[in-house]
Amino acid sequence: MTILALLGLPVAAAALLALLPGYRAGAAGNIAASGLTFCVAIAVALGERTADALFFVDDLNAYLILLTAFAGFTTSLYSAGYLGHEQRHRQLAPWQIRFYHAMFQAFMATMLLALTANNIGLMWVAVEGATLTTALMVSLYRTKPAIEAAWKYFILCGVGIALALFGTILVYLAAQTAQFHGIEAMAWTELQLRAPRFDGAILDIAFVFLLIGYGTKAGLVPLHAWLPDAHAEGPTPISAVLSGLLLNVALYALLRFKMLLGANPQALATGPLMIALGLLSLLVAGAALYRRRDVKKLFSYSSIEHMGIVTLAFGIGGPVANFAGLLHMAMHALTKSAIFFAVGSLAQSRGSQEIRALSGAVARHPAIGWGLVVAVLAIAGLPPFGIFAAEFMLVTAAVEHMPWLAAAIVVGLLLAFGGLIRHLQSIAFAPAPEGAKDLRVAPPLPLYLHLALVLAAGLYLPPPLVGWLRQIAGMLG
Amino acid sequence: MAGLAYDVAHLLAGTTLLMSFALLYQRRLSAVVKVFAIQGLVIALAAAWQAHVQAATHLYLTAAIAFGLKTVVIPVALNRIIRRLGIHRTIETALGIAPTMLAGVALVALTILLVLPIAAGSALLTREIIAIALAVVLLGLLMMITRRNAVTQVIGFMSLENGLILAAVGVQGMPLVVEMSVAFSVLVAFLIFGVFFFQIRERFDSLELHYLEDVRDRGP
Repeated sequence: MTILALLGLPVAAAALLALLPGYRAGAAGNIAASGLTFCVAIAVALGERTADALFFVDDLNAYLILLTAFAGFTTSLYSAGYLGHEQRHRQLAPWQIRFYHAMFQAFMATMLLALTANNIGLMWVAVEGATLTTALMVSLYRTKPAIEAAWKYFILCGVGIALALFGTILVYLAAQTAQFHGIEAMAWTELQLRAPRFDGAILDIAFVFLLIGYGTKAGLVPLHAWLPDAHAEGPTPISAVLSGLLLNVALYALLRFKMLLGANPQALATGPLMIALGLLSLLVAGAALYRRRDVKKLFSYSSIEHMGIVTLAFGIGGPVANFAGLLHMAMHALTKSAIFFAVGSLAQSRGSQEIRALSGAVARHPAIGWGLVVAVLAIAGLPPFGIFAAEFMLVTAAVEHMPWLAAAIVVGLLLAFGGLIRHLQSIAFAPAPEGAKDLRVAPPLPLYLHLALVLAAGLYLPPPLVGWLRQIAGMLG
Repeated sequence: MAGLAYDVAHLLAGTTLLMSFALLYQRRLSAVVKVFAIQGLVIALAAAWQAHVQAATHLYLTAAIAFGLKTVVIPVALNRIIRRLGIHRTIETALGIAPTMLAGVALVALTILLVLPIAAGSALLTREIIAIALAVVLLGLLMMITRRNAVTQVIGFMSLENGLILAAVGVQGMPLVVEMSVAFSVLVAFLIFGVFFFQIRERFDSLELHYLEDVRDRGP
């Protein structure tokens, strides 16, 4: 029942917000709907673990549902302020704001559907829906680069999602080889039980398609070309949810299929494939950080880098690395959306998102500027923040299993660290460009909320949470 | 009956693949749309045939959706766009016709080498349909890569989805969810692509995608 409420709320809100005129009513409705969804998500996460023909809740998706609903809620708070500024300065017409609110809720619905679906086909439909809604939001400003970014996003992720569907069909075919038919043969809970008897060779090919398909959506190198443009050209709250939610959900899909293959003795080991893609993403994106000129592209490359780290962690597997991966997913989602909140406010104030044009942030906007400094230090992996804890665990696990890999990870982390700090210095502390005019922007409160959580997680993880994460890490194998 | 079922299914799948090749060597945009419509018709027939053979009535719905969308609605709409924008001249190719065809043949050979051995455990028919479906998917990808016009890219995308429908109906007893979603996604994708055409046209006065590339060169 609670699952239906969880999915029904954003769907109903999307329909309602599409009809509701006016910025104020729309923003309030968006916040109310996201807040309610978050409350229901808490109920789902605390409630019992259920499974029926279409939906299910287990520890893995409950964790991500909670994270998704929380980040959705805080982003709705931020986007109220963001859109207020856009509306005051006539960047967006009233119908565009209404459209934005409806699409935001529709996007939340697809994310939650992808997480709760107990059916590989239904999950695919949800991820496809997420592509549609986000592509529409990326093109919201209707400028030439925005349309180009949306087009590129559409074509690349469309192809990715098509390949994922082919992989999904192959998984069903593999189920058939074990005399397993009908709607149950697409249910996660049933597939997981019977996976040991499937034809391993078909599962292998299926996984390759799924890895390319959902990997495109997760922004793994070399399938990442859409990601920086889509982040840079859309409204900033959308950059925050793309990085914070969508990439995680794509990884979640991959993880589920990885668990299926893990249960089958003949299927190939998925770990090395994921390690290779993850390491490549970490190194390439880390190196790409240096030559960025657009601040949102800078941080979207950092998202690719972190998705690489998470993929790598799950590729290594085992209790410690899986724990690190799970923690990293949450910490990255919180920190990266905090960064986008700060960067979006600064860019609105200056009217530009060029790194050069943004300098002098700390002097002109102390609250937002320092918020950005702290958030970037956190994402760069400095203690005492949660990302440091996750990365430390990952390196420990890697040293144990394959020391050369640990060395490569450390090189990648240092590379990314250098790239981020270099740009941070010029944005935060360099003198502001001459004649730069700053429009007044209010410091976004969700920024500080996220930072507080990331700091708290780095200092002290409460034992129940640790126990829960351990349990999920055990499920992942 | 089993022999006939097998032969007809094979014929239809083979024709779909043939149409994928035919898409690759067209030189005029209106001809591409025509070939795409024929491929849509063949896909609809293939789905209907599978519905008959597997006695799975829900596949008739898939066939109807495929026919309605891919043979009627989308080609008509595409023709209208082409006429309205006045772009039915020759297609600009990123790779010549002959190398594209060779690449296509190589992809089909690769597919057969890949799929036939691994799916040995499943029914003979399913296995061959999956091989052909994958070939159609890859040829759709090839078309998207080698043709630079936005309309041909979209047709390549939808032809790729034809391959997915072929695979989904070929796997016995696959529930409706997936097929409906494919049809649905084509519809929505088309709607949005349509919007994009007009927006691109509005902004750049052309559907040739290399005009977009100077945006990318603008820098990181």
